[in-house]
Amino acid sequence: MKSTIIAGLLMLASATGVRAQDTTVEIQHFMFKMDVTVTPGSTVTWKNLDGEPHTVASIDGLFRSKGLDEGDTYSFKFDKPGVYKYICSIHPSMRATVTVK
Amino acid sequence: MTDSNRRDALKCLGVGAGTLFTMTGGVFSAFDISEAGAATGTPLFLQISDTHIGFNKPANTDVIGTLNRSIDFVNAMPVAPSLVLHTGDVTHLSKPEEFDTAHQLLLRMKAGDLHVVPGEHDVIDGPGAEFLNHFGKPSDGKGYYSFDHMGVHFIALVNVMNFKPNGLGALGDEQLAWLKQDLWHRSASQPIVVFAHMPLWTIYEPWGWGTSEGEQIAALLRRFGSVTVLNGHIHQIVQKVEGNITFHSARSTAYPQPLAGSGPGPGPLVVPADQLPGMLGVTTLVARKKKIALTDTTLA
Repeated sequence: MKSTIIAGLLMLASATGVRAQDTTVEIQHFMFKMDVTVTPGSTVTWKNLDGEPHTVASIDGLFRSKGLDEGDTYSFKFDKPGVYKYICSIHPSMRATVTVK
Repeated sequence: MTDSNRRDALKCLGVGAGTLFTMTGGVFSAFDISEAGAATGTPLFLQISDTHIGFNKPANTDVIGTLNRSIDFVNAMPVAPSLVLHTGDVTHLSKPEEFDTAHQLLLRMKAGDLHVVPGEHDVIDGPGAEFLNHFGKPSDGKGYYSFDHMGVHFIALVNVMNFKPNGLGALGDEQLAWLKQDLWHRSASQPIVVFAHMPLWTIYEPWGWGTSEGEQIAALLRRFGSVTVLNGHIHQIVQKVEGNITFHSARSTAYPQPLAGSGPGPGPLVVPADQLPGMLGVTTLVARKKKIALTDTTLA
């Protein structure tokens, strides 16, 4: 039942004709390199370039990666418009935002 | 044995050992073990930190090897430490196999009970389930706890699970209330040892090297005659004495980190291979009368 609803929502999203803008955010020197703005349905991928592991963890708990070692990536698909703030849970002074609109 | 002979003998051990703590007249002090000719007394306990099992980068491609050398150093001590305190970052990425390997290696130490507090690298999953599976028994799965040993009151604190947006570690309200409760009825003459992963005093705020409730914690400890506060996290020795409180930050057995504020962030520091052993180590604490002396030993 649940999967049917999700499949339905996905069809609805593609039917609206908004093009997804998949994008990559690099993590380097203890920083998320940029805040990004994407359209609904876009996938954001993070890639850690530091020798120290980092995580990607949303403040509201919507998404949370495992520990990303050097070269590891993590992706999350943003379906709903909104402003998503996230941190590295290992180094919480690292903060950035994904805006979906 | 003269000091220089002793120094040479210890250098021959070629280990990246820890810090030695001795207690003399109610005050802990720390010194490099290679210069510890005067550090007689029974070893009380050993601090080991930041073993980072799972790390495999140019800063140290053999963290198991350097941990083993540290353990060999401990096993060669004339008197076995009656306690071992591990101040966190047991593993690098909180993986189950990293915990298994680390735990097995640590149990090779010929010493008394092993007490471990988590570092942020041990709780990447959030609640720290795997860490607590291995090391959560003394705290009933909470992570923080206290116990008495040879007349000294030991307090294990967890400051890596309630991060504040400024990046500092934190205990959180519940743990802070527990700490108050744990201390209020104690005699001021009982020596206290507090250990946690991140510094319980602010060393460098831009890199999160501190604990938000540091001042409140220090206020609870000030009335005691002998307090030793131990941490890891920053992979280098930094020490501060404030009244009767000695703050001491231990070396890692895995890799060094830069001095505060030097470079883009507190990541692994790559140094020439011949310099690495001198930047890794452990700390030993020795009790004499009512004071504790600390000795830091490197693997060089």
